[in-house]
Amino acid sequence: MIPETINHAGANGEENPLLEVIDLKTWFPIKRGLFSIGAGNVRAVDGVSFTINRNETLGLVGESGCGKTTLGRTLLQLEKASGGEILFNGVSIPSLGRREMNRLRRHIQVIFQDPLSSLNPRMNVMDIVTEGLVQFGMIEGSRQEHAARLLQEVGLGRDAIHRWPHEFSGGQRQRISIARALSLKPDLIICDEAVSALDVSVQAQVINLLLKLQESHRLSYLFISHDVSVVSNIADRVAVMYLGQIVEIGNAADIIGNPMHPYTRVLIAAVPVAGGKRIDAHIVRGEAPSPASPPEGCRFHPRCPEVMAHCKQMPPPVTTLENGRMVMCHLYG
Amino acid sequence: MNNQLLDIRNLSVRFDTDEGAFNAVDDISLHIDRGESVGLVGESGCGKSVTALAITRLIPSPPGHIESGQVIFEEHDLLRLKPSALRNIRGASISMIFQEPHSALSPLHRIGRQMIEAIRFHREMSKTAAWEYARDWLSKVGIADAEERMYAYPFQLSGGMQQRIMIAMALMLSPALVIADEPTTALDVTTQAQIFSLIRDMKENDASLLLITHDMGVVWEMCDRVVVMYASRIVEYGALNDIFVNPVHPYTIGLLKAIPTLAVGGKGRLAAIPGQVPSPLAYPKGCNFQDRCEHVSDRCLQDNPALFEINTGHAAACVLADKGDITPAG
Repeated sequence: MIPETINHAGANGEENPLLEVIDLKTWFPIKRGLFSIGAGNVRAVDGVSFTINRNETLGLVGESGCGKTTLGRTLLQLEKASGGEILFNGVSIPSLGRREMNRLRRHIQVIFQDPLSSLNPRMNVMDIVTEGLVQFGMIEGSRQEHAARLLQEVGLGRDAIHRWPHEFSGGQRQRISIARALSLKPDLIICDEAVSALDVSVQAQVINLLLKLQESHRLSYLFISHDVSVVSNIADRVAVMYLGQIVEIGNAADIIGNPMHPYTRVLIAAVPVAGGKRIDAHIVRGEAPSPASPPEGCRFHPRCPEVMAHCKQMPPPVTTLENGRMVMCHLYG
Repeated sequence: MNNQLLDIRNLSVRFDTDEGAFNAVDDISLHIDRGESVGLVGESGCGKSVTALAITRLIPSPPGHIESGQVIFEEHDLLRLKPSALRNIRGASISMIFQEPHSALSPLHRIGRQMIEAIRFHREMSKTAAWEYARDWLSKVGIADAEERMYAYPFQLSGGMQQRIMIAMALMLSPALVIADEPTTALDVTTQAQIFSLIRDMKENDASLLLITHDMGVVWEMCDRVVVMYASRIVEYGALNDIFVNPVHPYTIGLLKAIPTLAVGGKGRLAAIPGQVPSPLAYPKGCNFQDRCEHVSDRCLQDNPALFEINTGHAAACVLADKGDITPAG
């Protein structure tokens, strides 16, 4: 059973994490030929563990195909987990029935990259932002009042209520998506490349809005992005994902200021910084291999600038350091 | 001989749409010297891509047409050239690299065939010689198993590899000018870094580069000079240091401040520019940036500001740059 309101403290009075993910796996079977013979699995998410506390933002960075979007979708049960556990406020998400899961959805909302395709073009803004409220029977008073209040929170005027998604610019549409996500008073919002399609000047506005809403609503975010710079400006903690695995996780300032995993270093060094030192391209080699056939040993070894002989055979050990920092690399094992 | 390779003079491009007519590019002038890399930056819809397409007359028409101006390239006005003469320039003297290689490559033909076709259109070369020439270029841009890749279809290759092929095709005929429109935007940062160094290495043969991007970091990596566009107009231009160290136009200053940098000190608010870009169908009278500018004055609401020169090669279209004693630059 899911309680209507979530207890913000555990049984013993101490705060437990809002979300706890343990050894999560999402594999997609590859089928070939006439009889759909199994030809292995694409291991999109392959043994991922992390926690998100209340009022905290975990930034999840990685390049395209690393599994970060699949991870977000698995948390929402839009993909089925192949193994592992997801505990949301102590409740196991994969073992929930459909009706129970639908009730839990109120607490976990999502904002996607492209608001134009995630907003129904045939619904006006009022219907979009209050649809969830109606669905969950949370409407008191008029829909119009609710909509106006939500739009005000995201910096849009009352005049937006009766307009349609296509009438807005990209930044305004993303504000509408945020208002919709906010409407159900969620605890966790999964932002999947939520600001990636926006122009710089508007992107900064939306990041600031997300930060403001986090303070006023005690929200937690899972902020998924390929952009390390953006993540470093919004996240309390950062997880770096490569080929289905989290290779490093820790406080944002520690990860950005002192990256330990060679992949994290490469990822940070490859960001062009206006006014900074020009990038030395020789630090990065090749492209990420397919998650259908990840390399033996450490998955990063074919591209790693610090590769050693045993990296090619043995999977790297998980090293836990102070301040909740974890790194998965032979350099520290 | 003149050192200027490309000289765009007072170019205006007009679009006639169902909602109304507007200038996507409004009276802009810019030049590129031989061997120089110029970054054209601005946000989506500011007219930077339309400018790039106008140079080689690739504006889709209708709805667009070049209203006025000149594009002087090696002493010819490209806007008045016969189509056959223009075809000989496109792809050879001026080549283009687009953001999405998979839409620029033909999905129906193998890589080798596409490359050979381009080579033999511009050069007298046997099929065998063109094949070898193309294959060698694939190796030069860092593609392993080049011979094998010549037989591949674009969909069989990753985005990074497709972009390498686009770069090979853009450079293989020794162009004088390469126009690159957001060449790394669709790529991962690690691949982007590889593409940067590739374009830098390849430019050693003195080609000029017009790089169109929304990313100031990319400009810093690749360019000698910067031209900033906002709402169909050029608002500031200058050398790399003029723009990054001493920007004058409030939009340039705001844009630089709004870029999220690697925050070592943890999370925090960014300096955003308030408001949004006006619709090209409803540009205000006077300066297009007036609604978002903190220095707005009566004068800004009246006149579209001219580009005032701040020092040699650095100018801003803002009354703040008007010292009163200097004449407007170009």
